[in-house]
Amino acid sequence: MAVVFGRAGGAGTATPTIPPLVGARRARRRFGDRGFREITRAAGLSLVVMVAGMAAVMVHAAWPSLRRFGWAFITTSNWDPVAEQFGALPFIFGTLVSSLLALLLAVPLGLGAAIYLSELAPRAVRPPVTFLIELLAAIPSVVYGLWGIFVLAPWLRTWVQPALGHTLGFLPLFQGPPYGVGMLAAGLILAIMIVPFITAVSREVLLAVPRTQREAALALGATGWETTRVAVLRYGRSGLIGAILLGLGRALGETMAVTMLIGNRPEISFSLFVPGYTMASVIANEFTEATSDLYLGALIEVGLLLLVLTLAVNGMARLLVWSVGRGPTVVRE
Amino acid sequence: MADGITVTKLNAWFGPSHVLHDIDLAVAPRAVTAIIGPSGCGKSTFIRCLNRMHEVVPGARVVGTVLQEGQDIYSPGVDPVEVRRRIGMVFQKPNPFPTMTVFDNVAAGLRLGGVRDRGVLNERVERALHAAALWEEVKDRLGKPGAGLSGGQQQRLCIARALAVEPEVLLMDEPCSALDPIATARIEELILELKRDLTIVIVTHNMQQAARVADATGFFLLGELVEFGPTSQLFTKPVDKRTEDYITGRFG
Ligand SMILES: Nc1ncnc2c1ncn2[C@@H]1O[C@H](COP(=O)(O)OP(=O)(O)OP(=O)(O)O)[C@@H](O)[C@H]1O
Ligand SMILES: [Mg+2]
Repeated sequence: MAVVFGRAGGAGTATPTIPPLVGARRARRRFGDRGFREITRAAGLSLVVMVAGMAAVMVHAAWPSLRRFGWAFITTSNWDPVAEQFGALPFIFGTLVSSLLALLLAVPLGLGAAIYLSELAPRAVRPPVTFLIELLAAIPSVVYGLWGIFVLAPWLRTWVQPALGHTLGFLPLFQGPPYGVGMLAAGLILAIMIVPFITAVSREVLLAVPRTQREAALALGATGWETTRVAVLRYGRSGLIGAILLGLGRALGETMAVTMLIGNRPEISFSLFVPGYTMASVIANEFTEATSDLYLGALIEVGLLLLVLTLAVNGMARLLVWSVGRGPTVVRE
Repeated sequence: MADGITVTKLNAWFGPSHVLHDIDLAVAPRAVTAIIGPSGCGKSTFIRCLNRMHEVVPGARVVGTVLQEGQDIYSPGVDPVEVRRRIGMVFQKPNPFPTMTVFDNVAAGLRLGGVRDRGVLNERVERALHAAALWEEVKDRLGKPGAGLSGGQQQRLCIARALAVEPEVLLMDEPCSALDPIATARIEELILELKRDLTIVIVTHNMQQAARVADATGFFLLGELVEFGPTSQLFTKPVDKRTEDYITGRFG
C-alpha cells in the first residue's frame, strides 16, 4: 500500500496542475478497482472450473460403466455387484417416486402456509412463524432420519398402514405388509423436510408481488381471497412453480434421511408400503464396497445422473423464482 | 338520477399520523371534480377514502361520512367490496394484471362479479374498450398479454377494466403522471367523454389539466381542504391567499 501511495504521489507532482493528493487517491482507487476485479474474476472462474472439472472427473470415472452398459444402464433393473451387472432403473424409480410423493404432500401445505404468512396472518405472528420455518429448514437431515426411524416408521407400521390397507387396500398403492419403512415413509419424511423450503421461498415470491397488483384487484371489488387468487397467485405463478421445483431439487438429492427410511431394496413396485431405494442412497450405502472399476463406475454414473437431474431442476427453479422479482416484463412468455 | 358524493367531516389517519382534517366537499354527479395540491397534502388519501381503499393499508383509519346515492359508505352494515364495485378506481401507475391477456384484464372485474356467459363477457369487454378509446388499437390483440401494451395503452386498459363493471363513479389518482403529452391528451378527451355517464374525481399535479377537464376543483394543503369551487373561479379569482400562492406557483 505504501509503495502505491508513493508512486502515485510522484505522478501527481510530475503534473503540477493536479493536486498530489487527488492523484494519489485516484491511482490508488484505480489500483483497488482493478485488483478487486481480478480477484473476483478469479474466484468466479475457479467456481466454473471446479464444476466443469468435477463433471469431467465423474465422466472419466464412470467411463467403464458408460461404455459397458450404454442406455441399458437406465432401462434395466438388475443390480448385481457379484455378477458385475448394473441396471439403475430401481434407483431412478425410487428417487422419482419418493420425490413426487413428497411434492404431492408438501406443495399444498407449503403453499398454504406461505399464503397464510404473506396475506392473512396477523402482523405480529408473521416474524416468529417465519423464523421458525426457516429454522426447520436448517435441521440436519440425519436428525430428521432419526426422528423418522423412531417415531414416524413405528407410527406408520402400527396405525397408518393398517388403516390405509383396510380402507383403500383395493388400490395397488396400499397393498402389502406394513413394514413401516418403505416408499411411504421416505415420501413423508421428504415432504416434512421440504415443506419449510417451499414455504420460505413461496413466501418471498408472494411478498415480491407489488402492492399495486393487490390494490388493482381490491379496487375492482375483489374479496380478500379473490385478491389473492386473481392478483397475487397469478402474478407469482412462475415463482411459485420455481419454489416447488426448488423443493423437488432438494428432495431428489436428499440422502441421509431417505436412506434411513426407504428400506434400501432395489425393487420397483406400485405399492407405497414396499421398500425401495434411491440414487443418493445407493451411492451412500455401497460406495465403500465398490472395489472393481466397473462397480465404482456404475455408482459414479448414478451420481452423474443425479447431478444432471438436480442441476436441471434447480436451474429451472432459480430462473422462475428470479423472473418474478424482475416483474411483468418477463412474465410475458 | 345520480346525486354525486357528499363528504362530511372526513378525517383519515395512517397509524398515529392524522393526514386529513375535517374535509367537507360535495362532488357533483356527471361532472369532473379535480383535486389539486402539493405533494403529500393528502390528495391520494382523500380519493382513496371515497371507495374505502384507504383502510386496506395496515393501520389506516377513517372517521366521517361519505354519502353516495344517499347512503353512507362508512355506515356499519356496508360491505367495502360492494362499494368498490360501484366506485371504480384508476391508479397513478398503470397496473394491468401482467399474466392476463388484454381481454381477461378487462373481464377481470366482471368475472369477479360472477359473469360467466361468454357472449355477455364479449359484449361488455368490447363496450368497455370502446369507452376507454382503446378498442381500435387492441381489437386484433385481445389474446395478447396486457403488459405488452404501451404505457398510455396500459392506462386506458386499466380505465377499461374499471369501466367494464359499469361503476357510477370513477376515481382517478394522477392517471396521466406516467404518460407523455399525447397519451395524456387522449386520456383527457376520454375523461370529457366519460363524464356524460359517470361522476369523475381526478387527482392531478398538473393545474392546466385540472383547468382543462374539471368542472369543480378543490385545493388541498397539509391535509385540509383550503378552497373548493368551480374550476374557472378557483383559477381566476381564488378566495384564499394560499390557493392564489399555489396556482401562481409561489410555492408547492
Ligand atoms: N402508507 C402510508 N403510511 C404512512 N403515511 C403515509 C402513507 N401514505 C401516505 N402517507 C402520508 O400521508 C400524507 C398524505 O399522503 P398522500 O399520499 O395522500 O399525499 P398526496 O397528496 O397524494 O401526495 P402526492 O402528490 O405525492 O401523491 C403524507 O404526509 C404521507 O407522508
Ligand atoms: Mg398521491
